[in-house]
Amino acid sequence: MQLIDKRLNPSGKSLPNRQRFLRRARAIIRKAVSDASADRNIREVDGGGAVVIPASGIEEPHFHRGAAGKRGHVLPGNREFLEGDRLARPGGGGGRGQGSQAGQGEGEDQFSIVLSAEEFLDFFLEDLELPHLERRRLAVMKSQGIRRAGYASSGSPANLAVLRTMRNALARRTALNRPSSEDVRALEDELERAERDGVSADEIAALRQRLDQMRGRSRGIPYIDPIDIRFRRFEPQPRPVAQAVMFCLMDVSGSMTEHMKDLAKRFFMLLYVFLNKRYEQVEIVFIRHTDEAKEVDEDTFFHSRETGGTRVSTALKEMARIAAERYPIDAWNIYAAQASDGDNERADNPEAIALLSEAILPICQYFAYIEVSEPDRETAMSSVWKAYENLGEDAPAMRRVSTRADIFPVFRELFARQQEGAGA
Amino acid sequence: MSQLLYEGADWNFDTVQRAHDVIEKIAVGDLGLSVYPNQIEVITAEQMLDAYASTGMPIFYPHWSFGKRFVQHEQFYRKGLSGLAYEIVINSSPCISYIMEGNTMTMQTLVIAHAAFGHNHFFRNNYTFKDWTDPAGILDYLVFARSYIASCEDRYGVSAVERVLDAAHALMGQGVNSSPRRRRPDLKTEEARQRERRMNDERIHNELWRTLPRGAAPQPAREDETLLRKLLELPQENLLYFFEKNAPKLAPWQREILRIVRLMAQYFYPQRLTKVMNEGTATFVHYTIMNKLHEQGRITDGAYLEFLASHTNVITQPTFEDPHYSGMNPYALGFAMMQDLERACLKPDDEDRIWLPDIAGCGDPMGALRDIWANFRDESFVLQYLSPKVIRQFRLFNLLDDPGEPTLLVEAIHNERGYRRVRAALGRSYDVAYSDPQIEVAAVDLAGDRRLILNHKVQDGALLAESEARSVLRHIAMLWGYEVRLQEIDADGRVLKEHNAGSNPQ
Repeated sequence: MQLIDKRLNPSGKSLPNRQRFLRRARAIIRKAVSDASADRNIREVDGGGAVVIPASGIEEPHFHRGAAGKRGHVLPGNREFLEGDRLARPGGGGGRGQGSQAGQGEGEDQFSIVLSAEEFLDFFLEDLELPHLERRRLAVMKSQGIRRAGYASSGSPANLAVLRTMRNALARRTALNRPSSEDVRALEDELERAERDGVSADEIAALRQRLDQMRGRSRGIPYIDPIDIRFRRFEPQPRPVAQAVMFCLMDVSGSMTEHMKDLAKRFFMLLYVFLNKRYEQVEIVFIRHTDEAKEVDEDTFFHSRETGGTRVSTALKEMARIAAERYPIDAWNIYAAQASDGDNERADNPEAIALLSEAILPICQYFAYIEVSEPDRETAMSSVWKAYENLGEDAPAMRRVSTRADIFPVFRELFARQQEGAGA
Repeated sequence: MSQLLYEGADWNFDTVQRAHDVIEKIAVGDLGLSVYPNQIEVITAEQMLDAYASTGMPIFYPHWSFGKRFVQHEQFYRKGLSGLAYEIVINSSPCISYIMEGNTMTMQTLVIAHAAFGHNHFFRNNYTFKDWTDPAGILDYLVFARSYIASCEDRYGVSAVERVLDAAHALMGQGVNSSPRRRRPDLKTEEARQRERRMNDERIHNELWRTLPRGAAPQPAREDETLLRKLLELPQENLLYFFEKNAPKLAPWQREILRIVRLMAQYFYPQRLTKVMNEGTATFVHYTIMNKLHEQGRITDGAYLEFLASHTNVITQPTFEDPHYSGMNPYALGFAMMQDLERACLKPDDEDRIWLPDIAGCGDPMGALRDIWANFRDESFVLQYLSPKVIRQFRLFNLLDDPGEPTLLVEAIHNERGYRRVRAALGRSYDVAYSDPQIEVAAVDLAGDRRLILNHKVQDGALLAESEARSVLRHIAMLWGYEVRLQEIDADGRVLKEHNAGSNPQ
């Protein structure tokens, strides 16, 4: 008998197959992830976890008999039946379908998969269907770095590339056949010996001539020529800034309902996930406002209530202040998303517009405005919307959202619109 | 004291080796088993999960369906809904048994007796395995299959390979020659053959490709049709074989993949035929061996009780009303029948002399059982050896479900009038030729649009499950390359239903 210890062999042989399965079920899983993320809160969204997909999309069909047809079953455990007894069909007819839906059947119809955080996010982002152009655009390069870029024939002495220069010189000397100092010395020795040994004058003269020629050639061809000299070349290279800050601005005045806040939260969540995927570090600043604005933590932001009027400009002013103080634009990519029900004191609009176009939009990679509303309520143009729209070309990305299901498409549209803007 | 093989729950390689040697002495010496050389591999739970997913084989080609199975098992396992099997055993020579590192020593002993001797003996001696499988070549063949499919993926792309594999897997149930072949193929030469085949297939004449007009009369004569049917080996029940040989549009590598899947289906086929016998044999063997070990004082009373507890779990048969009921437990039925046969050999009563005349009172239970293990499969085993005593023990009854009737009929119970009928009905339920739909290639319309016609011989009015049949048919149409029609035909030749699939599915 052979007894083999295989415990140290790599486990996880099935992982490639698991990958294949995920790829196969991609479309279905993507939808499941999209549905699942609608029910999660902001912290959980990039945490992975189980999603449930319908088994119908990944079946492995084969020929087998259907329910029809006469058949016998041999069953164990007869207690009271006698030959010829007739029994009611268990859960027969219409009741059967319902029963299976409620109880055990569910396990057969659905299939639950645990995804890692990484996989979950991949599906999540894939669902956004951002074209590559836009993805690249999102990682906007900001700061300048320097990198080596070959050699140049001019430059500052500090950048002299000694090795390259010497190599060029050697190549040139070899090509032009410049006699080396050893060769010269050897000939000198030979001449000296000849003189000492008293060789014939003709020979000495010949040697002398050769030596003169050699020296002349050595003088005429310099050891290092200016054309040999090379300098290290550097060129500036844009380098992406690896950190981003995301400003969440929200109107928390009395007119904002829980539903509207929830919608806003979903949107912030998406933006967060999206940024988190692309930057090493993402900070979030929550600014809420009524007729005055305050920076708060996430919990307060979403959950505590305030009363008061609505002045959008206060929030913008607060954001500009914080950005100037803590997030210099050469070190941070700044993203901002504003959620509001669109109400604003009429008198405040001009100030808000001015702030937006002068202080905020120039420093932002991206500024999105979403207007949340109760479902099924057709509202007229809100005052904020109208005001922002007046910015024309420079207007931020704007969308209306009234149900949770609207959010994904809205997010997509916002970015698509960005791309158009970039192309124009 | 020194008699004991081990004490306590912990195992190490020495104790496993000692246990194996002692068990081997009992199995070969006392029980007269003949087994392939054993190879026992210790693996972790994670590795067991992996092995589960790829049909238990140590090497297998990659496919998404194995990933799906893995995801399922993993989920159940992590949630604690199901435990893992204690062992997996592979029908190969040497016979590979996996044992888990987490098992106690008693479990390892039990597993060795069960798998490395029970299953192993069955694999080596049962006629279905002898006829259909090549245990010495299977591992080599799996290596070849995996590398061949990997090379196809490199050359033609993963999705192209996946399409063929999906189609082939859908037809695995129809990829078996249900009567044993005339000669045993040598799996070792498969790779060489494959290369030759590819060259050859391109050269040889394929009737379907004939495009040259034949003289002045393009109408095929009747003799031609007969010849054609002969050439295409119609009717053909092995669909995978048929497409491998005759599908006009498949590339050589696609045929080879069909062949790989077909050979796998063929390899696993005996295991479907002998679930009850295979598990019954292994259970009977481990039960006998563990008892002998205890009698000889090689294991402690505690270990013996631990064994009994797990043995009892294995052979539990829930009754039909039990929420855990999921069909007859092959371990329970097989073990009960074999124990009953052993008893009939040694202490027969009058009933046994009527029902089991060939073995009743023969006095050599192991000889009789070895003979049965070698020469029967589930269907014939139940038909021949299910005694009234076992029927009474399980209180079996036959329930007839006729869709034409409003109620179910208790057709037979465990009484004098019912024994034969229960036995016949149970035997029939293990008859794969009855439980699998019988589908065969009936005709190819070569004169016309090259439509392929399949027939399903409907038995007892059991039509195919429709939506899945349609999906499979789409796979078939993909393989065939032209339209496909599936006719469901009853015994009188009436067409009950027709399914069609176009040549360009998806």
